[in-house]
Amino acid sequence: MHTVPIHVSLSAYLYVSAILFAIGAVGVVVRRNPIIMFMCIELMLNAVNLSLIAFSRYLNDIGGQIMVLFVMAVAAAEVAVGLGIIVSIFRNRESINIDTLDVMHG
Amino acid sequence: MGTQILFSILAAAAIACGIGVVVNRSPVRSALNLVLVLCSIALMYLTLNASFVAAIQIIVYAGAIMVLFLFVVMILNLDSPEPIPNRMKEQTPLAIAGGLVLAAVIGGIVASTSLARPAHGLPSGTVGALAIGQALFTPYWIFAFEAISVLLLIATVGAVVLASRRM
Repeated sequence: MHTVPIHVSLSAYLYVSAILFAIGAVGVVVRRNPIIMFMCIELMLNAVNLSLIAFSRYLNDIGGQIMVLFVMAVAAAEVAVGLGIIVSIFRNRESINIDTLDVMHG
Repeated sequence: MGTQILFSILAAAAIACGIGVVVNRSPVRSALNLVLVLCSIALMYLTLNASFVAAIQIIVYAGAIMVLFLFVVMILNLDSPEPIPNRMKEQTPLAIAGGLVLAAVIGGIVASTSLARPAHGLPSGTVGALAIGQALFTPYWIFAFEAISVLLLIATVGAVVLASRRM
């Protein structure tokens, strides 16, 4: 099979992935709007997906790409249910202030 | 050389828009920044010869999931809310420091690991739907495939129940 030389190293992709993951983690902790917190979780999932695809390419193993498809399916399910929960909370309380959500306080 | 420049542009765009997701006050602007992150990551998938996953990324993430986010932002009319009082202002610098430490730790692990670099180059040609499908329907992945179908069914039922019932 025809081969091509590599110009961008695997670690370059992994560094970008690490930075995006850290940005997402900081966003989840810093922001108090649950929808933006959700978006930051999506950002973290995408960072991991990027590293999986990079590994899949550089190790020449298609398994990484299939794992990314599974992560996308799980993320879609999570967003559908999570946003449903947020809408339901908003209906009951007319607010989605994350600091006053203590109904499961025990 | 060209691929390096392309990678640098895409990486810078992804990181800048990722910061934009976190710092923007308005959820709509955060969502649009996230769309840009997703698109630049999809282009990175293309540079990694993963064209099928790049197409799915655009369709599912930038299409379906982001539309769902924007729909909820619009339906809840959150774009001009009374500002949510932040009772934990003092944790912000701590969180940023923690994020820097997290990035440094992961980066340090990557830097200290000797990643095998194929000397002879990698096969050209992109991974399309045919190769993905052939790998997916092998005994190794087929159970996960079936499990994810059940998960999607449960999520659909759960979303319908959450949306329909007054709780």
